[in-house]
Amino acid sequence: MSEEQIKSLEKQFNERIERDEKIEPKDWMPEKYRKTHIRQISQHAHSEIVGMLPEGNWITRAPSLRRKVALLAKVQDEAGHGLYLYSACETLGVSRNELYEQLHTGKAKYSSIFNYPALTWADMGAIGWLVDGAAIINQVPLCNTSYGPYARAMIRVCKEESFHQRQGFEIMLKLCNGTPEQKEMAQDALNRWWWPSLMMLGPTDDKSVHTEQSMKWKLKRKTNDELRQQFIDQTVPQADVLGLTIPDSDLKWNEERQSYDFGEIDWDEFWQVVKGHGPMNKERMKARVGAWQRGEWVRDAAMAYADKKQAEKEKQAV
Amino acid sequence: MSKIKNWPLWEIFVRSKNGLEHRHFGSLHAADAEMALENARDVYTRRNEGVSIWVVESKHITASNPENNGELFEPAQDKVYRHPTFYDVPDEVKHM
Repeated sequence: MSEEQIKSLEKQFNERIERDEKIEPKDWMPEKYRKTHIRQISQHAHSEIVGMLPEGNWITRAPSLRRKVALLAKVQDEAGHGLYLYSACETLGVSRNELYEQLHTGKAKYSSIFNYPALTWADMGAIGWLVDGAAIINQVPLCNTSYGPYARAMIRVCKEESFHQRQGFEIMLKLCNGTPEQKEMAQDALNRWWWPSLMMLGPTDDKSVHTEQSMKWKLKRKTNDELRQQFIDQTVPQADVLGLTIPDSDLKWNEERQSYDFGEIDWDEFWQVVKGHGPMNKERMKARVGAWQRGEWVRDAAMAYADKKQAEKEKQAV
Repeated sequence: MSKIKNWPLWEIFVRSKNGLEHRHFGSLHAADAEMALENARDVYTRRNEGVSIWVVESKHITASNPENNGELFEPAQDKVYRHPTFYDVPDEVKHM
Protein backbone atom coordinates (compact mmCIF):
# COMPACT_ATOMS: atom_id res chain seq x y z
CA MET A 1 0.00 0.00 0.00
CA SER A 2 1.30 3.47 -0.86
CA GLU A 3 1.77 6.10 1.79
CA GLU A 4 -1.02 8.12 0.24
CA GLN A 5 -3.45 5.23 0.41
CA ILE A 6 -2.63 4.66 4.06
CA LYS A 7 -3.17 8.36 4.78
CA SER A 8 -6.59 8.24 3.19
CA LEU A 9 -7.52 5.04 5.06
CA GLU A 10 -6.39 6.65 8.29
CA LYS A 11 -8.55 9.66 7.60
CA GLN A 12 -11.61 7.47 7.00
CA PHE A 13 -10.76 5.50 10.12
CA ASN A 14 -10.55 8.59 12.32
CA GLU A 15 -13.85 9.83 10.91
CA ARG A 16 -15.51 6.55 11.80
CA ILE A 17 -14.33 6.86 15.39
CA GLU A 18 -15.41 10.49 15.40
CA ARG A 19 -18.93 9.30 14.43
CA ASP A 20 -18.85 6.80 17.34
CA GLU A 21 -18.78 3.84 14.96
CA LYS A 22 -17.25 0.69 16.41
CA ILE A 23 -14.16 -0.91 14.91
CA GLU A 24 -14.39 -4.69 14.47
CA PRO A 25 -11.54 -7.23 14.20
CA LYS A 26 -11.40 -7.56 10.42
CA ASP A 27 -11.73 -3.83 9.71
CA TRP A 28 -8.68 -1.94 8.53
CA MET A 29 -6.96 -0.14 11.40
CA PRO A 30 -3.71 1.80 11.79
CA GLU A 31 -0.89 -0.37 13.07
CA LYS A 32 -0.51 1.91 16.09
CA TYR A 33 -4.17 1.44 17.01
CA ARG A 34 -3.71 -2.32 16.90
CA LYS A 35 -0.52 -2.25 18.98
CA THR A 36 -1.89 0.16 21.57
CA HIS A 37 -4.99 -1.99 21.98
CA ILE A 38 -2.98 -5.18 22.31
CA ARG A 39 -0.92 -3.46 24.98
CA GLN A 40 -3.83 -2.07 26.95
CA ILE A 41 -6.19 -5.06 26.68
CA SER A 42 -3.48 -7.56 27.56
CA GLN A 43 -2.29 -5.45 30.50
CA HIS A 44 -5.85 -5.42 31.66
CA ALA A 45 -6.17 -9.20 31.26
CA HIS A 46 -2.87 -9.80 33.07
CA SER A 47 -4.10 -7.59 35.94
CA GLU A 48 -7.18 -9.77 36.35
CA ILE A 49 -5.06 -12.92 36.43
CA VAL A 50 -2.38 -11.61 38.80
CA GLY A 51 -5.16 -9.94 40.82
CA MET A 52 -6.36 -13.37 41.90
CA LEU A 53 -3.14 -14.02 43.80
CA PRO A 54 -3.41 -11.65 46.81
CA GLU A 55 -6.95 -12.89 47.44
CA GLY A 56 -6.47 -16.58 46.66
CA ASN A 57 -4.36 -16.90 49.76
CA TRP A 58 -7.33 -15.87 51.94
CA ILE A 59 -9.96 -18.27 50.56
CA THR A 60 -9.06 -21.02 53.02
CA ARG A 61 -8.74 -18.46 55.83
CA ALA A 62 -12.11 -16.74 55.37
CA PRO A 63 -13.85 -16.30 58.74
CA SER A 64 -17.18 -17.86 57.72
CA LEU A 65 -18.74 -19.94 54.97
CA ARG A 66 -20.62 -16.85 53.74
CA ARG A 67 -17.35 -14.96 53.31
CA LYS A 68 -15.67 -17.97 51.76
CA VAL A 69 -18.24 -18.57 49.00
CA ALA A 70 -18.27 -14.83 48.21
CA LEU A 71 -14.48 -14.60 47.95
CA LEU A 72 -14.32 -17.78 45.92
CA ALA A 73 -16.93 -16.40 43.51
CA LYS A 74 -15.05 -13.11 43.26
CA VAL A 75 -11.75 -14.79 42.44
CA GLN A 76 -13.50 -17.01 39.90
CA ASP A 77 -14.96 -13.86 38.29
CA GLU A 78 -11.46 -12.43 38.01
CA ALA A 79 -10.32 -15.55 36.16
CA GLY A 80 -13.36 -15.13 33.91
CA HIS A 81 -12.61 -11.45 33.30
CA GLY A 82 -9.04 -12.32 32.38
CA LEU A 83 -10.35 -14.83 29.87
CA TYR A 84 -12.88 -12.43 28.28
CA LEU A 85 -10.09 -9.91 27.85
CA TYR A 86 -7.53 -12.35 26.49
CA SER A 87 -10.07 -13.51 23.94
CA ALA A 88 -10.83 -9.88 22.95
CA CYS A 89 -7.08 -9.29 22.61
CA GLU A 90 -6.60 -12.34 20.41
CA THR A 91 -9.00 -10.85 17.83
CA LEU A 92 -6.20 -8.35 17.10
CA GLY A 93 -3.98 -11.12 15.77
CA VAL A 94 -1.85 -11.98 18.78
CA SER A 95 -1.88 -15.52 20.21
CA ARG A 96 -2.70 -16.46 23.78
CA ASN A 97 0.74 -18.00 24.14
CA GLU A 98 2.49 -14.82 23.06
CA LEU A 99 0.46 -12.91 25.66
CA TYR A 100 1.36 -15.35 28.44
CA GLU A 101 4.97 -15.25 27.35
CA GLN A 102 4.98 -11.44 27.63
CA LEU A 103 3.54 -11.63 31.15
CA HIS A 104 5.87 -14.38 32.33
CA THR A 105 9.03 -12.77 31.00
CA GLY A 106 8.10 -9.39 32.52
CA LYS A 107 7.79 -7.74 29.11
CA ALA A 108 4.14 -6.93 29.76
CA LYS A 109 2.95 -4.98 32.77
CA TYR A 110 -0.02 -5.54 35.05
CA SER A 111 -1.61 -3.21 37.57
CA SER A 112 1.05 -2.42 40.16
CA ILE A 113 -1.48 -2.51 43.01
CA PHE A 114 -1.15 -6.30 43.08
CA ASN A 115 2.47 -5.99 44.10
CA TYR A 116 1.38 -5.07 47.62
CA PRO A 117 0.82 -7.82 50.18
CA ALA A 118 -2.59 -8.79 51.64
CA LEU A 119 -1.63 -9.08 55.30
CA THR A 120 -4.91 -9.47 57.20
CA TRP A 121 -8.52 -10.42 56.59
CA ALA A 122 -9.37 -6.70 56.54
CA ASP A 123 -7.29 -6.45 53.36
CA MET A 124 -9.98 -8.53 51.62
CA GLY A 125 -12.40 -5.79 52.61
CA ALA A 126 -10.11 -2.94 51.57
CA ILE A 127 -9.24 -4.55 48.25
CA GLY A 128 -12.89 -5.08 47.33
CA TRP A 129 -13.93 -1.63 48.48
CA LEU A 130 -10.98 0.44 47.19
CA VAL A 131 -9.16 -1.55 44.51
CA ASP A 132 -12.32 -2.81 42.85
CA GLY A 133 -13.86 0.61 43.41
CA ALA A 134 -11.01 2.29 41.53
CA ALA A 135 -11.13 -0.44 38.88
CA ILE A 136 -14.84 0.21 38.26
CA ILE A 137 -14.19 3.93 37.80
CA ASN A 138 -11.52 3.07 35.28
CA GLN A 139 -13.63 0.48 33.50
CA VAL A 140 -17.08 2.01 33.16
CA PRO A 141 -15.98 4.49 30.45
CA LEU A 142 -14.37 1.59 28.57
CA CYS A 143 -17.79 0.03 27.93
CA ASN A 144 -18.02 2.75 25.24
CA THR A 145 -14.57 2.35 23.76
CA SER A 146 -14.15 2.23 19.98
CA TYR A 147 -12.90 -1.34 19.64
CA GLY A 148 -15.98 -3.61 19.58
CA PRO A 149 -14.61 -6.78 21.22
CA TYR A 150 -13.02 -4.76 24.05
CA ALA A 151 -16.21 -2.76 24.67
CA ARG A 152 -18.30 -5.96 24.76
CA ALA A 153 -15.90 -7.64 27.18
CA MET A 154 -15.98 -4.56 29.41
CA ILE A 155 -19.77 -4.52 29.54
CA ARG A 156 -19.70 -8.05 30.95
CA VAL A 157 -16.87 -7.19 33.35
CA CYS A 158 -18.62 -4.09 34.70
CA LYS A 159 -21.90 -5.95 35.24
CA GLU A 160 -20.11 -8.47 37.42
CA GLU A 161 -17.74 -6.15 39.21
CA SER A 162 -20.22 -4.24 41.38
CA PHE A 163 -20.73 -7.30 43.61
CA HIS A 164 -16.98 -7.31 44.22
CA GLN A 165 -17.00 -3.82 45.63
CA ARG A 166 -20.10 -4.38 47.75
CA GLN A 167 -18.75 -7.57 49.30
CA GLY A 168 -15.54 -5.68 50.19
CA PHE A 169 -17.45 -2.81 51.75
CA GLU A 170 -19.56 -5.26 53.75
CA ILE A 171 -16.42 -6.87 55.18
CA MET A 172 -15.17 -3.42 56.23
CA LEU A 173 -18.53 -2.49 57.74
CA LYS A 174 -18.67 -5.68 59.77
CA LEU A 175 -15.17 -5.09 61.13
CA CYS A 176 -15.92 -1.45 61.91
CA ASN A 177 -18.98 -2.46 63.90
CA GLY A 178 -17.00 -5.16 65.72
CA THR A 179 -14.47 -5.06 68.56
CA PRO A 180 -11.93 -2.20 68.84
CA GLU A 181 -9.27 -4.62 67.57
CA GLN A 182 -11.38 -5.42 64.49
CA LYS A 183 -11.97 -1.76 63.77
CA GLU A 184 -8.27 -1.09 64.15
CA MET A 185 -7.60 -3.86 61.66
CA ALA A 186 -9.96 -2.16 59.18
CA GLN A 187 -8.24 1.21 59.71
CA ASP A 188 -4.84 -0.39 59.20
CA ALA A 189 -5.98 -1.92 55.90
CA LEU A 190 -7.34 1.45 54.73
CA ASN A 191 -4.05 3.10 55.69
CA ARG A 192 -2.07 0.67 53.57
CA TRP A 193 -4.39 0.48 50.53
CA TRP A 194 -5.49 4.12 50.19
CA TRP A 195 -2.46 5.58 48.43
CA PRO A 196 -1.79 2.59 46.15
CA SER A 197 -5.47 2.78 45.12
CA LEU A 198 -5.03 6.42 44.10
CA MET A 199 -1.91 5.50 42.13
CA MET A 200 -3.86 2.75 40.41
CA LEU A 201 -5.66 5.39 38.34
CA GLY A 202 -2.37 6.10 36.61
CA PRO A 203 0.25 8.89 36.47
CA THR A 204 -0.91 12.51 36.52
CA ASP A 205 -2.08 13.88 33.15
CA ASP A 206 1.11 15.83 32.51
CA LYS A 207 3.17 12.63 32.96
CA SER A 208 0.88 10.24 31.11
CA VAL A 209 2.41 9.48 27.73
CA HIS A 210 -0.54 7.66 26.18
CA THR A 211 -3.47 9.83 27.29
CA GLU A 212 -3.76 12.16 24.31
CA GLN A 213 -3.77 9.48 21.61
CA SER A 214 -5.98 7.19 23.70
CA MET A 215 -8.56 9.94 24.14
CA LYS A 216 -8.67 10.45 20.36
CA TRP A 217 -9.36 6.75 19.85
CA LYS A 218 -11.92 6.75 22.64
CA LEU A 219 -9.80 4.07 24.29
CA LYS A 220 -9.88 6.48 27.16
CA ARG A 221 -12.82 8.78 27.80
CA LYS A 222 -11.59 10.57 30.91
CA THR A 223 -8.08 11.52 31.98
CA ASN A 224 -6.30 9.89 34.93
CA ASP A 225 -6.67 13.00 37.08
CA GLU A 226 -10.39 13.24 36.38
CA LEU A 227 -10.86 9.58 37.29
CA ARG A 228 -8.81 9.96 40.47
CA GLN A 229 -10.84 12.97 41.60
CA GLN A 230 -14.06 11.06 40.93
CA PHE A 231 -12.77 8.13 43.00
CA ILE A 232 -11.81 10.35 45.94
CA ASP A 233 -15.07 12.28 45.88
CA GLN A 234 -17.16 9.14 45.97
CA THR A 235 -15.00 7.21 48.47
CA VAL A 236 -14.53 9.80 51.23
CA PRO A 237 -18.24 9.78 52.27
CA GLN A 238 -18.09 5.96 52.29
CA ALA A 239 -15.18 6.09 54.76
CA ASP A 240 -17.35 8.38 56.90
CA VAL A 241 -20.09 5.74 56.95
CA LEU A 242 -17.50 3.23 58.18
CA GLY A 243 -16.19 5.69 60.76
CA LEU A 244 -12.67 5.35 59.37
CA THR A 245 -10.11 8.08 58.72
CA ILE A 246 -8.56 8.51 55.28
CA PRO A 247 -4.78 8.64 55.86
CA ASP A 248 -4.30 12.05 54.25
CA SER A 249 -3.95 15.13 56.48
CA ASP A 250 -4.39 17.43 53.46
CA LEU A 251 -7.75 15.96 52.52
CA LYS A 252 -10.31 18.77 52.65
CA TRP A 253 -13.65 19.61 51.03
CA ASN A 254 -13.28 22.45 48.56
CA GLU A 255 -16.55 24.35 48.43
CA GLU A 256 -15.62 26.23 45.28
CA ARG A 257 -14.67 23.15 43.27
CA GLN A 258 -17.34 21.00 44.93
CA SER A 259 -14.62 18.36 45.25
CA TYR A 260 -12.04 17.17 47.73
CA ASP A 261 -8.53 18.60 47.72
CA PHE A 262 -5.99 15.94 48.56
CA GLY A 263 -2.33 15.52 49.46
CA GLU A 264 0.72 14.80 47.36
CA ILE A 265 0.97 11.27 45.97
CA ASP A 266 4.36 9.58 46.36
CA TRP A 267 5.07 8.99 42.67
CA ASP A 268 8.58 7.73 43.40
CA GLU A 269 6.99 4.78 45.15
CA PHE A 270 4.67 4.24 42.17
CA TRP A 271 7.52 4.13 39.66
CA GLN A 272 9.60 1.89 41.94
CA VAL A 273 6.75 -0.63 42.03
CA VAL A 274 6.13 -0.35 38.28
CA LYS A 275 9.82 -1.03 37.67
CA GLY A 276 9.62 -4.23 39.68
CA HIS A 277 10.79 -3.13 43.11
CA GLY A 278 7.47 -3.38 44.95
CA PRO A 279 7.12 -5.59 48.01
CA MET A 280 5.56 -8.51 46.09
CA ASN A 281 6.64 -8.24 42.42
CA LYS A 282 8.95 -11.27 42.54
CA GLU A 283 6.55 -13.32 44.62
CA ARG A 284 3.61 -12.68 42.25
CA MET A 285 5.57 -13.63 39.14
CA LYS A 286 6.96 -16.71 40.83
CA ALA A 287 3.45 -17.84 41.78
CA ARG A 288 2.07 -17.15 38.30
CA VAL A 289 4.91 -18.74 36.32
CA GLY A 290 4.99 -21.67 38.74
CA ALA A 291 1.27 -22.35 38.27
CA TRP A 292 1.71 -22.22 34.49
CA GLN A 293 4.66 -24.62 34.54
CA ARG A 294 3.05 -27.06 36.96
CA GLY A 295 -0.01 -27.15 34.72
CA GLU A 296 1.94 -28.02 31.60
CA TRP A 297 1.62 -31.80 31.89
CA VAL A 298 -2.14 -31.43 32.38
CA ARG A 299 -2.50 -29.30 29.25
CA ASP A 300 -0.35 -31.73 27.28
CA ALA A 301 -2.26 -34.76 28.54
CA ALA A 302 -5.60 -33.17 27.62
CA MET A 303 -4.35 -32.38 24.12
CA ALA A 304 -2.88 -35.86 23.64
CA TYR A 305 -6.16 -37.41 24.77
CA ALA A 306 -8.19 -35.19 22.42
CA ASP A 307 -5.92 -36.15 19.51
CA LYS A 308 -6.22 -39.85 20.37
CA LYS A 309 -10.02 -39.70 20.48
CA GLN A 310 -10.07 -37.83 17.18
CA ALA A 311 -7.80 -40.46 15.57
CA GLU A 312 -10.03 -43.27 16.83
CA LYS A 313 -13.09 -41.54 15.42
CA GLU A 314 -11.41 -41.15 12.03
CA LYS A 315 -10.35 -44.81 12.04
CA GLN A 316 -13.91 -45.95 12.71
CA ALA A 317 -15.22 -43.78 9.92
CA VAL A 318 -13.01 -45.54 7.34
CA MET B 1 7.67 -24.65 26.33
CA SER B 2 5.47 -27.63 25.75
CA LYS B 3 6.38 -30.10 23.04
CA ILE B 4 2.75 -30.79 22.27
CA LYS B 5 0.62 -28.33 20.29
CA ASN B 6 -1.46 -25.66 22.04
CA TRP B 7 -5.15 -25.99 22.76
CA PRO B 8 -7.12 -24.64 19.80
CA LEU B 9 -9.47 -21.65 19.95
CA TRP B 10 -13.27 -22.15 20.08
CA GLU B 11 -16.09 -19.67 19.46
CA ILE B 12 -18.87 -19.79 22.02
CA PHE B 13 -22.56 -19.19 21.27
CA VAL B 14 -25.14 -19.07 24.07
CA ARG B 15 -28.94 -19.14 23.99
CA SER B 16 -29.94 -17.04 26.97
CA LYS B 17 -33.48 -18.44 27.13
CA ASN B 18 -35.75 -20.57 25.03
CA GLY B 19 -37.36 -18.54 22.29
CA LEU B 20 -34.16 -16.58 21.61
CA GLU B 21 -31.38 -17.45 19.16
CA HIS B 22 -27.86 -18.46 20.15
CA ARG B 23 -25.66 -15.38 20.26
CA HIS B 24 -21.88 -15.09 20.01
CA PHE B 25 -20.47 -14.55 23.53
CA GLY B 26 -16.72 -14.76 22.97
CA SER B 27 -14.06 -17.41 22.60
CA LEU B 28 -11.85 -19.65 24.68
CA HIS B 29 -9.17 -22.31 24.38
CA ALA B 30 -9.88 -26.00 25.00
CA ALA B 31 -8.40 -29.36 23.99
CA ASP B 32 -11.65 -30.68 22.50
CA ALA B 33 -15.34 -29.86 22.04
CA GLU B 34 -16.40 -31.41 25.31
CA MET B 35 -13.88 -29.36 27.29
CA ALA B 36 -14.88 -26.26 25.33
CA LEU B 37 -18.48 -26.78 26.48
CA GLU B 38 -17.45 -27.25 30.09
CA ASN B 39 -15.16 -24.23 30.05
CA ALA B 40 -17.82 -22.13 28.32
CA ARG B 41 -20.21 -23.02 31.15
CA ASP B 42 -17.70 -21.65 33.68
CA VAL B 43 -16.49 -18.66 31.69
CA TYR B 44 -19.70 -17.36 30.11
CA THR B 45 -22.64 -18.61 32.21
CA ARG B 46 -21.71 -18.12 35.87
CA ARG B 47 -24.93 -16.17 36.51
CA ASN B 48 -27.62 -18.08 34.64
CA GLU B 49 -26.87 -16.35 31.34
CA GLY B 50 -27.73 -19.42 29.31
CA VAL B 51 -29.84 -22.52 28.75
CA SER B 52 -27.90 -23.87 25.77
CA ILE B 53 -24.33 -23.58 24.48
CA TRP B 54 -22.83 -24.17 21.04
CA VAL B 55 -19.09 -24.40 20.53
CA VAL B 56 -17.33 -24.39 17.19
CA GLU B 57 -13.62 -24.43 16.52
CA SER B 58 -12.71 -20.95 15.29
CA LYS B 59 -10.84 -22.26 12.25
CA HIS B 60 -14.11 -23.64 10.84
CA ILE B 61 -15.69 -20.20 10.59
CA THR B 62 -15.48 -18.43 7.25
CA ALA B 63 -15.98 -14.70 7.61
CA SER B 64 -16.66 -12.09 4.96
CA ASN B 65 -14.00 -9.46 4.43
CA PRO B 66 -15.00 -5.84 5.20
CA GLU B 67 -12.99 -4.79 2.13
CA ASN B 68 -15.64 -6.50 0.00
CA ASN B 69 -18.54 -4.88 1.81
CA GLY B 70 -19.29 -2.78 -1.27
CA GLU B 71 -19.99 -5.61 -3.66
CA LEU B 72 -21.60 -7.72 -0.92
CA PHE B 73 -24.00 -5.27 0.65
CA GLU B 74 -24.44 -2.27 -1.61
CA PRO B 75 -26.70 -4.03 -4.12
CA ALA B 76 -29.35 -4.13 -1.38
CA GLN B 77 -29.25 -0.37 -0.89
CA ASP B 78 -30.98 0.72 -4.09
CA LYS B 79 -33.78 -1.83 -3.87
CA VAL B 80 -36.26 0.29 -2.00
CA TYR B 81 -39.09 -1.72 -3.60
CA ARG B 82 -38.24 -4.48 -1.10
CA HIS B 83 -39.69 -2.32 1.66
CA PRO B 84 -43.41 -1.79 2.32
CA THR B 85 -43.09 2.00 2.41
CA PHE B 86 -42.23 1.99 -1.32
CA TYR B 87 -45.87 1.29 -2.21
CA ASP B 88 -48.55 3.96 -2.27
CA VAL B 89 -51.71 3.00 -0.45
CA PRO B 90 -54.49 5.52 0.36
CA ASP B 91 -54.82 6.51 4.02
CA GLU B 92 -58.30 5.11 4.37
CA VAL B 93 -56.99 1.60 3.77
CA LYS B 94 -56.38 0.20 7.24
CA HIS B 95 -54.37 -2.76 8.47
CA MET B 96 -52.04 -3.11 5.51
